[in-house]
Amino acid sequence: MRTIAIIAAKEIQEGLRNRWVLATTLLLAALALSLTFLGSAPTGNVGAGALDVVVVSLSSLTIFLLPLIALLISHDAVVGEMERGTMILLLSYPVGRGQVILGKFVGHVLILAFATVIGYGAAGLALMLTGVSSLAASWYAFGAMLGSSVMLGAVFVAIGYLISSLVRDRGTAAGLSIGVWLMMVLVFDMALLGILVVDQGRIISGPILNALLFLNPTDLYRLTNLTGFNVSQFSGMAGLAGSTNPGLWPLLLGLGVWIAVPLGLSMLSFARREL
Amino acid sequence: MTATVTVSHVEKRYRAVRALRDVSFELLPGRLSALVGHNGAGKTTLIKLMLGLIRAEHGDIRVLGEDPAAGEFSARRLLGYLPENVAFNAALTGRETLAFYARLKQIAPATAWPLLERVGLAPAADRKVGTYSKGMRQRLGLAQALLGRPRVLLLDEPTTGLDPALRQTFYEILDELRDDGATVLISSHALNELEDRAEHVLIMNRGVLAAQGTMSELRKISQLPIRVAIELADSGPVPDWMNGPHDPAAPGHVLLVADDAQKMMLLRTAADDPRVRNIEIAAPTLDELYAHFLNLQEPAA
Repeated sequence: MRTIAIIAAKEIQEGLRNRWVLATTLLLAALALSLTFLGSAPTGNVGAGALDVVVVSLSSLTIFLLPLIALLISHDAVVGEMERGTMILLLSYPVGRGQVILGKFVGHVLILAFATVIGYGAAGLALMLTGVSSLAASWYAFGAMLGSSVMLGAVFVAIGYLISSLVRDRGTAAGLSIGVWLMMVLVFDMALLGILVVDQGRIISGPILNALLFLNPTDLYRLTNLTGFNVSQFSGMAGLAGSTNPGLWPLLLGLGVWIAVPLGLSMLSFARREL
Repeated sequence: MTATVTVSHVEKRYRAVRALRDVSFELLPGRLSALVGHNGAGKTTLIKLMLGLIRAEHGDIRVLGEDPAAGEFSARRLLGYLPENVAFNAALTGRETLAFYARLKQIAPATAWPLLERVGLAPAADRKVGTYSKGMRQRLGLAQALLGRPRVLLLDEPTTGLDPALRQTFYEILDELRDDGATVLISSHALNELEDRAEHVLIMNRGVLAAQGTMSELRKISQLPIRVAIELADSGPVPDWMNGPHDPAAPGHVLLVADDAQKMMLLRTAADDPRVRNIEIAAPTLDELYAHFLNLQEPAA
């Protein structure tokens, strides 16, 4: 435990020192604030709470951005340290290889959580200060969005480690990470959509579609945030939410599995690796 | 005295390459051992095995009573390691880096500051490691290896990149640790540096332990001759007692004697002869022994 905390603290210290934390937080805050003010303008005084719109636009942004940031900081966690030669020294210390991965994971996820909560929180705070009144349910949705965003980040940090512990050099890790990002964020949904159009509901029924969506963590995230009662009407997901709604807890559990499995596999692969 | 490091019948392969073949040795506490050999002779592989970074196909390795590859690592708190090309994260300062490693060994970071002083890094301790020269990184590497009074020190090419002054302090520190009962293993190419310091020499060649022992044991095994250079006062005829085997390549009179007994006999005779102006004796150096054991193996390999 102590060792994991020491390694996590060092990751955070490094993140602060090389401005990763600052850059990520500023980027997320800037995007969140601009979406908040530009995005709520068209709603005018229609009944919808502006916060709901913010939740929709921020979560659409998160789906693209957070996986990319997470992969950027995680893809060379193992292979990069091996190439630089710092891993050999670290492993000569009383440190288990699993502890190295877990420590880095805790550190990287905390960095992401900090950036997300501060960056997006700035948007929420700005809304509050401008006196927009929102329902408690909207704040609940906003909170759930923050929490699930951090989880989505954690999923891709774990996937980044898995890539990093499998490949031989950093270039391969970077290329694979971009591939995974494209696959999960863009290609998967388009392919799924294409299949649905061709299939016309003959083979793929509601439950099968549900199962297919669990194959992609970004879809789990999308379902978590865009199908809430207040939100779905703006997100264009109302139709999907109507036909498939596994409920919040199964979705979060799905994200949890998407964190645990790649993380476990990366620990396994790193433990067997010869340096 | 029980051995702190035991390596017995170890084999290691990297695909088709047999990196280590049936290597066995013991390292004792309070002794400085030198591991010498070409690049690719298996020195670094041996050290990695002792650290548990890789696993051997056959054989058994014990470091402070534990199998280093078995995932037990309490022994590593008492182990210091300096890798061949030591690297640190460039974003942190020297002090922060040392504090991190101290915490991993469960030592209070403040107790590590004297080490920075010791390796001459105190003035640069609060600068980022990224700004350090190679010699300074090496000093920091040495400081981290010395954290927590290690009982076993494994040093891979430790003096490359060190200036002569620091080299001196480096060996002073090692002598202290050795006198304190630590096991020190240095892998190096700098044979002349190790010659006077190593109590125990391990010569590696192509994955095989070609020879091991103290310098005098190695000299005995190698049967390399002792060279006795004799300077005569005048250029008259060479006296009869100097008729033994000569080194034809060396200038002047260089006699070759097989062992210490013969050497003493020669010296007594030479000292009695008034024509002898000076006598210089050179026992085989580590360099020569190394070359000898390598050549010896060539036909067999």
